[in-house]
Amino acid sequence: MKAIQNIGITIFLVGLGFFTALPFLGNFKLDQKGFDELITSQGIKSELFIQNLKSKIVDKDFTGVTSLEPIVDKVITNANTVHSKNKEWSKKVYVSGGDLATTIRKKSGYGFIPENKGLMWFLTFGLGIIGALMFIVPQVITLGKKGIKNDHIYHQSSTNKGWIAWLVFIFLVSFYLILYFKSEYAVNWTYLVDPISVSLSGNLAGHWFVYGFMYCVVMTVMAIRMYIKYRHNMYQMVRTTSVLFFQIVFAFLIPEIMVRLQLSYSKGYDFKNAFPLDYDFFFNWNLKELISSGGLGLFILVWGILLTVVIVPVMVYFFGKRWYCSWVCGCGGLAETLGDPYRQHSSKSLFSWKVERWLIHGVLLFALVMTGFTLYGFFAETGTVLGIKVQSIMNTYSFLIGAIFAGVIGTGFYPIFGNRVWCRFGCPLAAYLGFVQRFKSRFRITTNGGQCISCGNCSTYCEQGIDVRAYAQKGENIVRSSCVGCGVCSAVCPRGVLKLENGPTEGRINPTEVLLGNDVDLMELVNKK
Amino acid sequence: MEHIVIIGNGISGVTAARHIRKLSDKKITIISAETDYFFSRTALMYIYMGHMKFEHTQPYENWFWKKNRINLVKGYVHFIDHKNQTLKIENSTDISYDKLIIATGSKPNKFGWPGQDLSHVQGLYSKQDLDALEKNAPNKKICKRAVIVGGGLIGIEMAEMLRSRDIPVTFLVRESSFWNGVLPNGESQMINEHILEHHIDLRLETNLVEILSDESGKAKAVVTDKGDTIDCDVVGLTAGVSPNISFLRDSGIELGRGIKVNRMLETNIPNIYAIGDCAEQHEGIGNRRPIEAVWYTGRMMGETLAQTICGNPTEYKPGHWFNSAKFLDLEYQTYGWVFSELNKKEYEQHFHWRHASEKICVTIAFHKDTKEFLGINTFGIRMRHKIFDQWLTENRNIEYVMEYLKDANFDPEFYAQYEQEIITHFNKKFDTQISPKKKSWTRIFTTPKSRA
Repeated sequence: MKAIQNIGITIFLVGLGFFTALPFLGNFKLDQKGFDELITSQGIKSELFIQNLKSKIVDKDFTGVTSLEPIVDKVITNANTVHSKNKEWSKKVYVSGGDLATTIRKKSGYGFIPENKGLMWFLTFGLGIIGALMFIVPQVITLGKKGIKNDHIYHQSSTNKGWIAWLVFIFLVSFYLILYFKSEYAVNWTYLVDPISVSLSGNLAGHWFVYGFMYCVVMTVMAIRMYIKYRHNMYQMVRTTSVLFFQIVFAFLIPEIMVRLQLSYSKGYDFKNAFPLDYDFFFNWNLKELISSGGLGLFILVWGILLTVVIVPVMVYFFGKRWYCSWVCGCGGLAETLGDPYRQHSSKSLFSWKVERWLIHGVLLFALVMTGFTLYGFFAETGTVLGIKVQSIMNTYSFLIGAIFAGVIGTGFYPIFGNRVWCRFGCPLAAYLGFVQRFKSRFRITTNGGQCISCGNCSTYCEQGIDVRAYAQKGENIVRSSCVGCGVCSAVCPRGVLKLENGPTEGRINPTEVLLGNDVDLMELVNKK
Repeated sequence: MEHIVIIGNGISGVTAARHIRKLSDKKITIISAETDYFFSRTALMYIYMGHMKFEHTQPYENWFWKKNRINLVKGYVHFIDHKNQTLKIENSTDISYDKLIIATGSKPNKFGWPGQDLSHVQGLYSKQDLDALEKNAPNKKICKRAVIVGGGLIGIEMAEMLRSRDIPVTFLVRESSFWNGVLPNGESQMINEHILEHHIDLRLETNLVEILSDESGKAKAVVTDKGDTIDCDVVGLTAGVSPNISFLRDSGIELGRGIKVNRMLETNIPNIYAIGDCAEQHEGIGNRRPIEAVWYTGRMMGETLAQTICGNPTEYKPGHWFNSAKFLDLEYQTYGWVFSELNKKEYEQHFHWRHASEKICVTIAFHKDTKEFLGINTFGIRMRHKIFDQWLTENRNIEYVMEYLKDANFDPEFYAQYEQEIITHFNKKFDTQISPKKKSWTRIFTTPKSRA
């Protein structure tokens, strides 16, 4: 078994090695035809820009390591300076250099990688999947009898913030940086999944398709790990299946198929992604597109509003925010699968809890204020509200919250700060659901009378950094806005003390001093409200 | 300001301190020779197994003590001068007290076995024991085999710990079946099977005769009363614990096996109290033993004594018995009294159900004439403490318990439910026609007004 696992790890690392090397490999050369197509598709009218860029890139060989972005940026700046001076506003180029560089690369790649997409897919994704499964599946046997198997989590480099964890951290952060800010380097990855993208949406893959596909693959493989690790725990099995289903079907397949069907609403829509997590839902370009897309657009508009205003809070009332955060949400889905080995790293200190409350509610406020501005701007048909450019607020949010917080920190920091950094400190939807869960919900984690032995497993393995034990050892139910109901505290408890349940709201919050099992008169005396 | 000094920073002493602080402004000092801060003793095993780090076993952050004005002193009390109300601390200045709470817990039993004090022979009770085990048995190369002597809760925990590092374990158990002085046969049998499933070399009805030493004074083998000599590198002595009171021998405090206390938890000396594992009631309360070395009872004594100290004299009057444990992968809970065949009351009748393939079973004890429900043992099914506590208070009979058993289930959502199977088995065995009632939130969450 150990041998199979070691071979698996080796195969996985080879796959990962190919994947990691790809951004820096390959050759790119844009011919005149491709260049003309590019100019037409981007709607660029500046002859100056066209001439300039043509001389710099057409029929020139570039390798993977060369960044086209500075070249393109320079050409754009030069052209725009001249056009501004001449007041030729219609000729100004508004495309970003990074995006254009990515598009150029995608059109101009040649050689082994784009010509052997299937093989390259196998050498990266294929080997990665096979290797990972060879490592994971033998755990059915190596983990021994079913039950909680957390042996050696704090002895291993990968799960105890050792060098492996730091390597994973560097890898994940770099991956997200490329994805968000240097997408031209992701072009080679897009070739690998072109065939899949074409078969789904009919279009070639962009780097967000790579991300979406990879997300599903990683979640599926790590869900298999969850199924094995928690095979004694039906709650974990059902929850993992749910979160995997919503990722693959709602976040990945349906939007792609919507594009293929060439529906009036031209981009795909993730029907489960609720505002304010879906922060650009009320951005004016999206509203315009929705309103101009006929019946489907209006349906999505109404659905999106209904989801946030009615469906989400009503469901939280009945089931707690877990129905969204650990059963449906994509961010939660990745956290519960890829992130599960790191759940113990969330800080349980009171200090962290304070930081959490300021940050997450700050982000919620930011999202709401921004949306207020965009909506006002939309209805008043202006780009400036209270003297502030709406676009600049949107850009700031997209950059700071959407990319850096949710992506780079949210996932990149898994191995160091735990798997729910974004969900705990940043997600505005989680903050909103948290209010409902704390003040108006039937959900709670019931503490089983006086059975707690303060061992600390529940707190240690709480991914949201809740000091579960602090409640359990007082015989008090856990009612916390941040709880996503993953159910792991209950799973790891050696004495059967914790149970996630939805019940009557009366008596849900039950602070106690003297626990069940002691003198009934003393309990009555001390616990009286 | 009255100075309350507590010796021992375990669950009993710390609970007392916390409650005294809630109720009063008295000066509070906790003295411990073991660790700087309170930790959960029951969690020591998880540190060795790598589930947690030591800091995770500390229920309160380090700032907690200062904030709540609980002074912590690290030191070993070697003498109590009760005439001058002063404690002598080893290598440190004396500490005087107005009221003293002794909560020094237990120490592992040693029954005078030859070789019991050799190096690499240890119990598993204190932080120091854990550190010793980490040193003596870091892996299977250095510790090629360990022998554990004594089949109780700590013994099986120690076996589980060592197995987590693939160290071969031989487990000597005096009884004919694991823990059968406490558990009924069906359950004890099931655990025997489970121990073997974990590749632990279980030797029932086997006693330790002698521990052999190598040249350096380290244990190298044990000799059993079956005539076997078992080579090993570590010997775990886990044949129960007894009160940790040797420092009180000449103190004038009345001692039995533990520190003798009355129901007010007072010793024979004014202003000195004892709680937790080290306290011994003059007579056991109800079916309880005079010494209760259990986490929960330690906590309850702490809760109770704080009242007395803070001007509300309160007897230690524990409610219905409950306990829990985990045997390798098997969770165990008990509510009320279920005795083993060896200690069963003459009126006590048992109903036992065991799952056909899974390691799940329940044993319910009831009065054979009145049918009154006496208690339940449950393995692999979690049960709701509150419900059983209520049923015991209401003196429900076995048929009522069967009928409403679904209310008591505390397993996570989506788990398989076994109540129907249990009740069918019960009906067949006792020729009854009980059908289970659907689980009702109203019944579960409504606290009955009339408490007995």
